[in-house]
Amino acid sequence: MIAQQISIFAENKPGRLAAVTRILAAEKINIRATNITTADTFGVINFIVDDPRRAAKALTQAGMTVQLRDVLAVLLEDKPGGLDRLTQLLAREAVNINNAYGFVLEGSKKAVFVVDVDQMDKTDELLRKHGIQTLDTEALSAIEPFHYLNY
Amino acid sequence: MYWEKEIETMDRTALERMQVERLTQTLERASRSPYYAERLKAAGADALSVRTVADVAKLPLTTKDDLREHSPYGFLAVERDELIRMHSSSGTTGRATVIFHTAGDIAAWTNIVARSMYMTGMRRSDVFQNMMTYGLFTGGLGFHYGAEKIGALVIPAGAGNSKRQIQLMRDFATTVIHIIPSYVLHLSTVFEELGVDPRRDTQVKIAFIGAEPHSEKMRQKIEAFYGFKAFNSYGLSEMNGPGVAFECPEQNGMHLWEDNYILEIVDPDTLKPLPDGEEGEMVLTTLLREGMPIVRYRTKDLTRVIPGPCPCGRTHRRIDRIKGRTDDMLILKGVNIFPIQIEKKLMDIPGVGQNFLIVLDREGYNDHMTVKVEVNREFFLGDLKQLEGLRRRIVEDLKSAILITPKVDLVEPGSLPKGEGKAVRVVDNRKD
Ligand SMILES: [Zn+2]
Repeated sequence: MIAQQISIFAENKPGRLAAVTRILAAEKINIRATNITTADTFGVINFIVDDPRRAAKALTQAGMTVQLRDVLAVLLEDKPGGLDRLTQLLAREAVNINNAYGFVLEGSKKAVFVVDVDQMDKTDELLRKHGIQTLDTEALSAIEPFHYLNY
Repeated sequence: MYWEKEIETMDRTALERMQVERLTQTLERASRSPYYAERLKAAGADALSVRTVADVAKLPLTTKDDLREHSPYGFLAVERDELIRMHSSSGTTGRATVIFHTAGDIAAWTNIVARSMYMTGMRRSDVFQNMMTYGLFTGGLGFHYGAEKIGALVIPAGAGNSKRQIQLMRDFATTVIHIIPSYVLHLSTVFEELGVDPRRDTQVKIAFIGAEPHSEKMRQKIEAFYGFKAFNSYGLSEMNGPGVAFECPEQNGMHLWEDNYILEIVDPDTLKPLPDGEEGEMVLTTLLREGMPIVRYRTKDLTRVIPGPCPCGRTHRRIDRIKGRTDDMLILKGVNIFPIQIEKKLMDIPGVGQNFLIVLDREGYNDHMTVKVEVNREFFLGDLKQLEGLRRRIVEDLKSAILITPKVDLVEPGSLPKGEGKAVRVVDNRKD
């Protein structure tokens, strides 16, 4: 399943992240995870949020350069070797990871690893075949009370 | 102390009589070129319309665009067989402006360069190291010929390769150098690195610094470090190149060789002549050019005539340091750059947004250009790799256009200042 990450183009200078989070807070958007990639003077701020479309709209209205981007939110066992299983599989299949970041789900033994890869559909299929669970935007939105994982 | 005493100290009345005579001949020659044949006729002007120097103001002005539009042969007043050399202005805005020279043109140009150098104290016993780019750029060959004419030993070192320059200076006891101001400042750091003291370990006593605007303060800094006298030089390829105007030992303004050019300062808006002392755009007319006579050329350089006679005894009027330009041409590392060149390139690149800003900085003795470019909102896919690719492409494309590698910063759309009407495109932070 494909999830949506919200990506914001930002200059690498003080206050840019704060400007983004201020808008998200005002919109009562819940942030699940964040990650920043930079190249010298500029970078991209990435978020997994509970309502990416609403977040994107609010940020765009504030004049920011925003893109909803497909990513895979992979559900992993929070134990040694959990991430390795995923990365070994992707390496074997020559899937290139552009960006990755993870977060542990509180009160559970699970973690979510967000990967931005060059062959999205192939990787999605690959994970399904190997029984590795991915979460879509709706599922990510619902994880807050954590009952999703209690199934 | 004079190369040609009679001409250099000629009384103004005689000098102006000579100018009128030469202007008449220039108009006769110019009317043989396709461009001026038409232009002068349309303006109802001919060789008979000038009786005094002031009458030059009745003649039509010529712009760089005119030269460019009629390039390469529209201004040619002689058969092509008569030509022995061409030069072209540095930098490239669309079609380059090409200037063709006959043997007579090269001889006249060489003479005023020699006159200029001689004026500063250079003699046949000197060793002259020409640290300028040779080639299409007029700075290299122009000075080279002038120095040979004086009879000095010329080291055609060319630009760059700092350690070798210093080695040459020491091995051959160089006494006179020609160098661009930013490079001479950079070179001082190399001297320091090598532990060589130019005051103690070299014989250089005269430097010609031109091709780049610089302040009086910068000259003093250069002179203090090197212990030589630095003389300012003014020229432009359309008027030959170096040697148009040059500082005398008084170092207070540059004598413009009025036996070779008619000098006017005009109001850049009304184009009306301004009296001596008032600042405006310099307009020059060639008086000895055979291959490509140019009438009332708008240099776009802002300066003024320094009123009053010079203690050195030369009667040719002096122009002040160039204060700026009426267009937006930038000079970086001796290369002429127009913001429009950068704009044209940027607008051809998908991913580039509405606005951009050119920032010029001086770090130590090095000048840098940073181009801040707004990213197009639609182009952004949330991918850092894509942005890095865009930045690399901008650097490469600009480098091919302006011959200098700028630093490129991608910025958020709408973040750059917008000017009233015309966008603010350039911030020049270079001070002394
Ligand atoms: Zn003088």
